[in-house]
Amino acid sequence: MQRTTMDLWVGIFVLAGIGALLVLALKVGNLSTYSAEKSYVLIGSFENIGGLKPKAPVKSAGVVVGRVTAIQFNPKSFDAEVTMSVDSRYQFPRDTFASILTAGLLGEQYIGLAAGGDEVSLKSGDKITKTNSAVVLETLISQFMFNKAAEGDAKK
Amino acid sequence: MPRRIVTAIRGVGHRAIDGTWRLGYASRFFVLTLLKSATAFRRPHLIIRELYFTGVMSLIIILVSGLFVGMVLGLQGYETLQKYGSEAAVGTLVALSLVRELGPVVAALLFASRAGSAITAEIGLMKATEQLAAMEMMAVDPIARVVAPRFWAGIMSMPLLAAMFSAMGIFGGYLVTVVLIGVDEGSFWSQMQSSVDFQHDIVNGVIKTCVFGVAVTAIALFEGYDAPPTAEGVSGATTRTVVTSSLAILGLDFILTAFMFTGVN
Repeated sequence: MQRTTMDLWVGIFVLAGIGALLVLALKVGNLSTYSAEKSYVLIGSFENIGGLKPKAPVKSAGVVVGRVTAIQFNPKSFDAEVTMSVDSRYQFPRDTFASILTAGLLGEQYIGLAAGGDEVSLKSGDKITKTNSAVVLETLISQFMFNKAAEGDAKK
Repeated sequence: MPRRIVTAIRGVGHRAIDGTWRLGYASRFFVLTLLKSATAFRRPHLIIRELYFTGVMSLIIILVSGLFVGMVLGLQGYETLQKYGSEAAVGTLVALSLVRELGPVVAALLFASRAGSAITAEIGLMKATEQLAAMEMMAVDPIARVVAPRFWAGIMSMPLLAAMFSAMGIFGGYLVTVVLIGVDEGSFWSQMQSSVDFQHDIVNGVIKTCVFGVAVTAIALFEGYDAPPTAEGVSGATTRTVVTSSLAILGLDFILTAFMFTGVN
């Protein structure tokens, strides 16, 4: 075979391979959604995080504004400390409410931020003081049972 | 009776010594190939020639199998997922299984049987017809001239082939589920994109294919170089290449997966 033809085919092969990698990275993977924007860190302490995991989305009004970067247990206050990095394009007031929510019935858990009315914004490293724990099904059921039992007692 | 036991123990010892010797020989061969690779890089045309034979000639089988594997994954995934009303997640299923496991492993298995066996047969035949000895007579090092270019061409073409396999498979899954069955196109891609992580899934998949490429080409080259210089010896070596490298791929895949995808979520 001619050397030039071979070179041409090998060139096509290499370019097609690199193209396939690019397709995988951009169209299939999430490289295109990685933003080069700066982000800042917020910390929230929750009584119970349920099934929240690192890399879970942080959403406000349903829009993804950041990601959970780390989850740690605080041995002094016995809470879970969730560190999240939030896109610096979005500023939240100081009395923002953070709660752990579930996407769909069996979906993954995420942090929902509901903005408050304070005029001062949260800065990097600030703690979100108003938090709402994940809903644990067992607690919900036992509360329901207690209420029923209490109703029964009241009727007597 | 004791003599039989002694013979059995002797057999075990013989095999152990033989296996260790072969392993040592293979490692020395591998190191020698790495040391003499400089010549191959100084004459890139040698590598390009081998890229043509190992890479370009394997293209058709890789692309067609990728397409069909993706199509079958799409069909089967749809069948199961639609029972739970989450048929849009079929994109995630196809992409994750291809990028993490099936792409690297199946492409490497095909590569071993398509290109690995050819490498072994070629080098084995070169040895049987005393071409390698003739090269040495002419003061041309056969490891630098014949082995090293094939080694590097194999390592370069494996990740490219696997990436094409995965991309083709995802296209096949798209074809079956979105075009034929009618799953919503937007959620097909968006669910896929939200669950396939570049660092965690794609880069790890590429690392896997590089490891497989090294394993397959090293085994194929060694088996060919070590083949007894007879017709029977070459055919035996070719079979051993396919069997050994397939087992090596599957074993390595388990080890790599255990390191890459456990512990982190």
